[in-house]
Amino acid sequence: MDLKWNEFIITGDPLILGAQISILLGSIAVVAALTYFKKWTWLWKEWLTSVDHKKLGIMYILSALLMLFRGGIDGLMIRTQLAKPGMEFLDPQHYNEVFSTHGVIMILFMAMPFLIGLINYIVPLQIGARDVAFPYLNNLSFWTFFVGMALFNISFIIGGSPDAGWTAYTPLATNEFSPGPGQNYYLLAIQIAGIGTLMTGINFFVTILKMRTKGMTLMKMSMFTWTTLITMLIIIFAFPVLTVALALQTFDRLFGSVIFTLQGDGNPMLWVNLFWVWGHPEVYIVILPAFGIFSEIISTFARKQLFAYKAMVVSIVTISVLSFLVWVHHFFTMGNSAEANSFFSITTMAISIPTGVKIFNWLFTMYRGRISFTTPMLWALAFIPNFVIGGVTGVMLAMAAADYQYHNTYFLVSHFHYVLISGTVFACFAGLIYWYPKMFGHKLNEKIGKWAFWIFIIGFNVCFFPQYFLGLDGMPRRISTYTEADGWTGLNFISTIGAFMMGLAFLIFVVNIVYSWRFSPREKTGDAWGLGRNLEWATSSSIPPHYNFAVLPEVTGLDPYWDMKEKGLDQQKNVDYKPIHMPNNAATPIIMSVIMGAAAFGLVFHWYWIGIVGGIGIFITMIARSFDYNDGYYVSVEEIKETEAKANK
Amino acid sequence: MSQQTKKGHFPWKHIIGFLISIALTLVAFATALWTDWSSSTIFIIILIFAVIQAALQLVMFMHMTEGEDGGLISGNTLFGFFIAVVIIVGTYWLMTSGHMHMSM
Repeated sequence: MDLKWNEFIITGDPLILGAQISILLGSIAVVAALTYFKKWTWLWKEWLTSVDHKKLGIMYILSALLMLFRGGIDGLMIRTQLAKPGMEFLDPQHYNEVFSTHGVIMILFMAMPFLIGLINYIVPLQIGARDVAFPYLNNLSFWTFFVGMALFNISFIIGGSPDAGWTAYTPLATNEFSPGPGQNYYLLAIQIAGIGTLMTGINFFVTILKMRTKGMTLMKMSMFTWTTLITMLIIIFAFPVLTVALALQTFDRLFGSVIFTLQGDGNPMLWVNLFWVWGHPEVYIVILPAFGIFSEIISTFARKQLFAYKAMVVSIVTISVLSFLVWVHHFFTMGNSAEANSFFSITTMAISIPTGVKIFNWLFTMYRGRISFTTPMLWALAFIPNFVIGGVTGVMLAMAAADYQYHNTYFLVSHFHYVLISGTVFACFAGLIYWYPKMFGHKLNEKIGKWAFWIFIIGFNVCFFPQYFLGLDGMPRRISTYTEADGWTGLNFISTIGAFMMGLAFLIFVVNIVYSWRFSPREKTGDAWGLGRNLEWATSSSIPPHYNFAVLPEVTGLDPYWDMKEKGLDQQKNVDYKPIHMPNNAATPIIMSVIMGAAAFGLVFHWYWIGIVGGIGIFITMIARSFDYNDGYYVSVEEIKETEAKANK
Repeated sequence: MSQQTKKGHFPWKHIIGFLISIALTLVAFATALWTDWSSSTIFIIILIFAVIQAALQLVMFMHMTEGEDGGLISGNTLFGFFIAVVIIVGTYWLMTSGHMHMSM
């Protein structure tokens, strides 16, 4: 690809110039601070090469918050452009790039890492394990995700962002209609991050099956662990489809094959099909852990065991099967046969049954409970009605015949924001606030947290509720502007106000993190809320020691920690310690991932020699890893005694 | 090593599995060589035999159903098989019916 220098670095747009300057200044500031405070070794040893599931979880969550900011800015730019008819804030090309990156970032680089971060931190604690089954792989998962994320994010300053929507439908995304590096960024960045997700899937699936503590049978696991198990199962079966589909489109774009093209024997519709074979299960990958988080929070703050635990398990297993049977509802209008559309219409409606069961179970869990209205509980309470609105409109969309009207309108846009925000985003906030004392040793300020909560949910409804009506009024999605005569001005303006309210709430949330870091009282016990039910609260100190449990807890039933408290047992105070085997840090994952990123960056610009050199580099790191005979170390009894004594002070 | 051989029993399971495998291979071979059915019919027959043989090998030789995790492994394999069939059959159905059929 012949690129001039001024095409390589994007120039001529004041918004992008501003971003370039702030990224440059930000990077300089970070490097300078790390050097000034002599923190490079600390960063490398304690964080970047750490295989501790807790630290990896925190790094996932930090990345996700960063991406929530980036994706949120994209969202605000979209809403600013649409606030009034004929706005010239973004030109159509820039608008296309912004909504494409908004979608990809929010789903793949915000929702997924946020949930995987919470899973990383909490699930090993909940099953009473000291780490995951494959700690090395866990670090590699994080770094492949991180490099994929970084590669995707630099696209807007170097070379240009993808602009074919987050779905990247062919033929629009083929070389013929999307020349330039943008779409290559999409393919390669998601490919690398997808490898990481697949490894996470395998890792946690094995962890939950094989590393549960004594006495914890499958039907005694916490609901969050259950939803994680099923999510990982869906990841294992869905992500290979994405990997293959992305690889095929990459062949089309880089090597001139004709799989999804209009020329030759290409079939563009096959991409749409394969994308959603992955894409629909993906929706459940980001919603099931959210269901798990809400189950934990609701049962904790209602002070009751989760209602109908078995029905919950059955419904998530049913969802996992059904999630693979509904993908066609994303393209009812593509010209499928009536039989196909009817079949997938029915399976889609069927999925609302297990989901409805879960909603009722949450309500019954709260029924006659003594509810504490803490911030995480407020997010969980707000989830139920908002998610039901999203779900009911989903059933409307599931009717294939009616979908011909709703398809590609703001009705759909509003529907999926209602399910994804009130489901996944609310769960991320709720889960982060709920487990915050576990991660950082202090709670977030409740008062500021409630302000953020109220502004966010009001803003959320102000932003997205009008969009249902915009959709029914015929406003198509992905248009960069409209005219006064369309009659969409008022509702669009209201919607934009709501979007900025959500932005404000996010800022308040960030302020709360800083404020609480300075002023919140430090937790003294492992059970910060005083109401903990599962094993993550059974640790000896508020932030678990790096080996999690000095003595692995034994479980006899559901809500094991609640049981222990009722019976007055503290298993962690047992003095008969034994040395604990723990895994070593690993440096190859970050090196391997960075090489992957460099190779992919070369391929984005068709610089094949970089790709080849990078490919060799990846193999060298793999070979280096296979000769790595390091099998961990033992934490001595003295060290455990010292740590536990400090914790029990 | 299966439990049977550990106890010193004759490995009947392996012998039976081996014989059935050979029989399936021979039948598939014969179908391809000595019948004059259409090639798509032959493909389907060979495919069915192949799937049966793969399942046979997993159960008879590779201890899929044995051990404490036998049920889990079998369940996951069946689930994976189910998903694979859904994806392939579903995709084939969509790509060969409706308007797509006309455009191809």
